[in-house]
Amino acid sequence: MTTLAFDTRENVQTLLDALALGSIYGLMAIGIGLVFGVLRLVNFAYGQLIMAGAYALALTNDHSPVISMAVCLATVLVLSLAMELLAFRPLRSASPTTMLVATFAISYLLQNIALVKFGAIGKFAVVLPGLSGFVTVGDLSIRWITLVSIGVGGCAFAALALLLGKTTIGLQMRASAIDPATARLLGIDANRVITVAVLVAGVLAAIVAMILPIAESPLVAPDYGLRETIIVLVGVVVGGIDRLLTATLGGFTMGFAVGALSGFLPASGSWPFTSSVYLDSAVYMLVILVLLVRPEGLFAPARESAVERV
Amino acid sequence: VTRVAHCAALGGPVVLLVLVGVLGSMGFVDPGREIEFRTALVSVAIVVALYVFVGNSGVVSFGHVSFVAVGAFAAGVMTIPVDLKPTITPGLFSLLARHSLGNIPSLVLAAAVGGVFALLVGIPLMRLSGLAAGIATFAVLGVTHNILGNWEKIGPGALTLTTVPETTDLLQATTGAVAVVVVAFLYQRSRFGRKLRASREDPAAARAAGIDIHRQRLWAFALSGALSGFAGGLFVHLNGTLHVSDVYLELTFLTLAMLVVGGVGSLWGAVVGALAVSALDSFLLDAEGGDVGFVNDLLGKPLWGGSRLVGVAAFMSLVLVLLPAGLTRGREFRLPRIGRLRRAAEGSVT
Repeated sequence: MTTLAFDTRENVQTLLDALALGSIYGLMAIGIGLVFGVLRLVNFAYGQLIMAGAYALALTNDHSPVISMAVCLATVLVLSLAMELLAFRPLRSASPTTMLVATFAISYLLQNIALVKFGAIGKFAVVLPGLSGFVTVGDLSIRWITLVSIGVGGCAFAALALLLGKTTIGLQMRASAIDPATARLLGIDANRVITVAVLVAGVLAAIVAMILPIAESPLVAPDYGLRETIIVLVGVVVGGIDRLLTATLGGFTMGFAVGALSGFLPASGSWPFTSSVYLDSAVYMLVILVLLVRPEGLFAPARESAVERV
Repeated sequence: VTRVAHCAALGGPVVLLVLVGVLGSMGFVDPGREIEFRTALVSVAIVVALYVFVGNSGVVSFGHVSFVAVGAFAAGVMTIPVDLKPTITPGLFSLLARHSLGNIPSLVLAAAVGGVFALLVGIPLMRLSGLAAGIATFAVLGVTHNILGNWEKIGPGALTLTTVPETTDLLQATTGAVAVVVVAFLYQRSRFGRKLRASREDPAAARAAGIDIHRQRLWAFALSGALSGFAGGLFVHLNGTLHVSDVYLELTFLTLAMLVVGGVGSLWGAVVGALAVSALDSFLLDAEGGDVGFVNDLLGKPLWGGSRLVGVAAFMSLVLVLLPAGLTRGREFRLPRIGRLRRAAEGSVT
């Protein structure tokens, strides 16, 4: 009986951690999905916004958390706007491949700037250290940040639903995502809609930059947020990139799957797929399977299959 | 007239590559810098291998470095001396541990492993297109990287493979790059290549004309995988060491960017993109080391450290933003200044 109770507790803890990771990835998925919606651009450089925010936190460790977080937000927003004005705007009519590879190049550029400026070793970002502590609920001891991640994820999603559903700019964003040409004919200012989307995505990136150092690793190196971005990008496409809801669910599912699998797989094993070092393989194999069965997205409503223009 | 244009389309890249090889061997550049020429030529081989699929099919593959990786590890693991294997790769399957191959057989093996792997992966994956195909090929890279980095029965796992014979000299690098270019050219001129290019331009019309897009993409993917594996073999014999992170994200990004910078739609673009980025990379590296006279004179000191990393990335970002069609705008090489012939040929070559 004791072992069973112990197992249940472990499982609940694993599931909560997975839920928290899913929320963080879900936030990133919203940021990527929003920009894709209005620009048709997969922003690989999204992770470098998070990196920049985390560096801003690491460099302002000595100041009060409020100032530190404000600097982080400002840095990410300025960088987002710069990306939109200097790169996304000139690329607006380019092919999807060129746009994606261009954001690759920007991501690589920003990583190298960080590498040259701050070195490869990395800096520690300490924000609100109290959130690393534990709270005890019955048998469970849960980290505060786990609860905060889930809470922030839920609130952000609700706020976004309100923004898209109840405001004029939200309506314009949805219209631009469905049919940019017609939306522009009807008097929607494309630049304004895109700028708002990029800024909202930037705010989400800043929030993730504040949560990630507490939830995952506080050591901020030039490739900070890169692995997460890759997993979220994969998740967004697996979920269905054409709709914000399915994209978000895709990101959340990837985070949940990574969190749950890493909790349940044993720590070592000599053959592939038998231990948690093969976690990435397991996740990517699932991704391939899902894409083969539902190329339009796991959560996307089924549609008539036609020859896609590639 | 079309024959002239086609000869130029193959001749241009080949002559350029031979020129790079000859320039590297002339010795008027520092002998220690010959490695930069060899690296550039191996980059050309990888980028052209990538082009065979991406350029002809119009589908982006983020997974091609998987084939480079398996080729490089196959060629590397099978050419280190048998008596050193217990120290360098202790966990190897006994069949792999007890045998070693020569240089040329290892390159053939690398091509075979890359080709077979691509064929197997391609059978299910080539049904996809667009973003789904891109992400699925990337997932293949993720799985390959993860398994190569952990499974010690087939390679060094997380350790670095060392003592691989450094057989990719200037002659082999040039011959290898030219060979990949010739195969790529013959393929794109063949029935298969033309069918695939037709499906790139208009999938619906190509299908209506009886082209099996899935099958054509699969052939291109397998051929491209074999060439990538071969280029991986050249790559491992270039440095003599190999770590699984050498053939992962950075190489994927660099080779894709080289291809797009040159112009994704043409063989000439693949060659030019790879050489242009490599040349800038070498130039900035030398300038950082204080080996470029005029930079020293201009600044009064060597270029500041780190400018290579930032400079190459900035160059690629700039080209992509300002010239989205690439340096060659996706056109094949043509002979200049024979206006009349060229105009006549223009209708038939696209």
